[in-house]
Amino acid sequence: MHTLPQQLANGLFIGSMYGLIAIGYTMVYGIVQLINFAHGEIYMTGAFGALAVYTNLPDSMSIWAALPLMLAGGAIVSVLIAVGAERLAYRPLRGAPRLAPLITAIGLSLALQQVVFLWYPNATAGKHFPQLPGGPYHVGDVDIQSGDIFLVVAAVVCMAALAAFVRTSRTGRAMQATAQDPDTAQLMGIDTNRIIVIAFAIGGFFAAVAGLASGLKYGQIKYDMGFQAGLKAFTAAVLGGIGNIYGAMLGGLVLGVAESCASAYISNIPGMEQLGGEGWKNVWAFVLLILVLLARPQGLLGERVADRA
Amino acid sequence: MRHRSLLILTSVLTTGALTLTACGSRSDDDKGGSTGGSGGGSSSAAKNITVVIGVDAPLTGPNSATGLGLQYGAQIAVDDANAKNLVPGVTFKISPKDDKAQPATGQQNATAFTSDNTIIAAVGPLNSGVAQSMQQVFASANMVEISPANTNPALTQGKDWATGKKTRPFPTYFRTATTDANQGGFAGDYAYNTLKAKNAFVVDDKQTYGAGLAGIFKGKFSGLGGKIAGTDHVNTGDTDYSTLVTKIKNSHADMVYYGGQYDESELITKQLKAAGVKIPLMGGDGMYSDTYIKTAGAAAEGDLVTSVGVPVSTLQTATDFINTYKSKGYPGDYGTYGGYTYDATTAIIKAVKVVMDANGGKLPAMPDARKALIDAVQKTDFDGVAGHLSFDEFGDTTNKQLTVYQVKSGKWVAVKSGTYTG
Repeated sequence: MHTLPQQLANGLFIGSMYGLIAIGYTMVYGIVQLINFAHGEIYMTGAFGALAVYTNLPDSMSIWAALPLMLAGGAIVSVLIAVGAERLAYRPLRGAPRLAPLITAIGLSLALQQVVFLWYPNATAGKHFPQLPGGPYHVGDVDIQSGDIFLVVAAVVCMAALAAFVRTSRTGRAMQATAQDPDTAQLMGIDTNRIIVIAFAIGGFFAAVAGLASGLKYGQIKYDMGFQAGLKAFTAAVLGGIGNIYGAMLGGLVLGVAESCASAYISNIPGMEQLGGEGWKNVWAFVLLILVLLARPQGLLGERVADRA
Repeated sequence: MRHRSLLILTSVLTTGALTLTACGSRSDDDKGGSTGGSGGGSSSAAKNITVVIGVDAPLTGPNSATGLGLQYGAQIAVDDANAKNLVPGVTFKISPKDDKAQPATGQQNATAFTSDNTIIAAVGPLNSGVAQSMQQVFASANMVEISPANTNPALTQGKDWATGKKTRPFPTYFRTATTDANQGGFAGDYAYNTLKAKNAFVVDDKQTYGAGLAGIFKGKFSGLGGKIAGTDHVNTGDTDYSTLVTKIKNSHADMVYYGGQYDESELITKQLKAAGVKIPLMGGDGMYSDTYIKTAGAAAEGDLVTSVGVPVSTLQTATDFINTYKSKGYPGDYGTYGGYTYDATTAIIKAVKVVMDANGGKLPAMPDARKALIDAVQKTDFDGVAGHLSFDEFGDTTNKQLTVYQVKSGKWVAVKSGTYTG
């Protein structure tokens, strides 16, 4: 079983990515009770935004120098799309039954996918993405790639910054207040529209970071990469307790580790040979989700949102 | 508590969305090649008529690099036939449709072809799994379908082919590529006897083509005395194979065999080599694409594939074809199936002439023309750009040439050609 440390690390890496995307689902849900199904596509457009910046930079520029610019490019694209979606698609439906914005989100998701498919040059198949040089680094039994280091560092930094922002800043506390009770928050003088826009923007930024990290890790991005990743991140958000930002990160990590360990070890259990392996990892991820929801319907860390229904 | 039920509803909708994206069809906007087709169904005599050949392949998304090679291989074949006036009084056109490598979409395309009265026969598809869903549609319409690329043995020899009880399920289905029974065996033989691999880790993508090929390789390799270090199955469309890589590393295999397409294997080999596992990955014709090397980069070095036929570039007859492909600047990879597609399309064109000659120089009205074409295609016998072409009693090509290619200095280089004899 000396592969265990490596498999745990594999799970933590992919889990950090799920967690970063899950933040966007959970923040938006926490404040407006909307499952933003277009969020997976916002992650995808972030990756394409970063790639667009990279392709337009001079060849002589090293990847390290280009990295901040790529992040900025991806973030601008993702945040603009997230905020634009809120303004044009979701805000007009704010008072409508909840089903309406949900369907809108699914429509927007398909639309964004097709827009990239049709208009980004040669995006009909996978696009090559630059990778970080160096590595792999050996830590005990574990091999770590440069892309994984970027991913984990980015996830930790983003998460810490978000926690500090929500806890200490004025806007952060206004967000908490809006999540608890938007009407009262508005009566207390909080501009709830502004808070909602900020929630979408933060979600978009995190998605862009995840998109860039995904490109750097795998060396390839695709127009439909947001669909599966979005689904997994949504699962992670529900697993951790939707509405809770710490839950989203924890849910992502738990999901990643569960997937990795399930596909690595379940086939070793006598009698379960047919039920293990890579091909079954999605099955076990959702089995885990069902089990957790049966035992703890509010998710691992519970919802911090007041139940208003 | 309302929003908890909303969550459940959301999950249901998600499943719906999954299905939706799988079915989404934008095939109608690439109809360009066919709209001009008219009058093919009438028995107009001396007047110039237009006959359309349907082409089905994945033109976008997974496998599309190879799929585009099919579309433009067929395009060049009809252009040549028209320029040489191969069938006097007939102008040929192709009607390309995108199956996205998905069986359901392929079946829709097959239905669209058979219900279009200007279309006489079809070339394609690329994927064996897609072919399975199309065969019955073509058979019911008595429409000939020639695949330049399908290699799963069951398509022509029935599901019990392995036990020796070969029965041809569909008389309308033909192929110019040889089967995986030969390819998998050829690969197993090469891996054990030439590559001197003793311990193979076998992975497949659970698709008709990939799982079938991997199974045949496994049987041959272990039959020769090789050890199977482990097996695993992956999901198509995944990007993270770190768990699999760790397993392979720990199994101490000296090679990996992958049954599937380049879209997954290019990422597997990249992640494998990045983790320090410097063993070759070997695959079948689905992996034989320049895109594989482009994506995997240096990690592809030393990897192997088997592919059907002899290298197109070594055939004198293929030089013109390749030059045309390059000079027109067509996208996609012509290397694997371009020549075979050219020959499959030409076989249909020649059969149209046979049918017309037998009918006093006129093309019969459409349902009869399609039916008459089946016999004519069965009797195909000519030297095509990819070698001699004729079909046996199952609709399989009699040309059973196979070639092993290896990545050397960033290029596929042929290292062994031959026929597999069991």
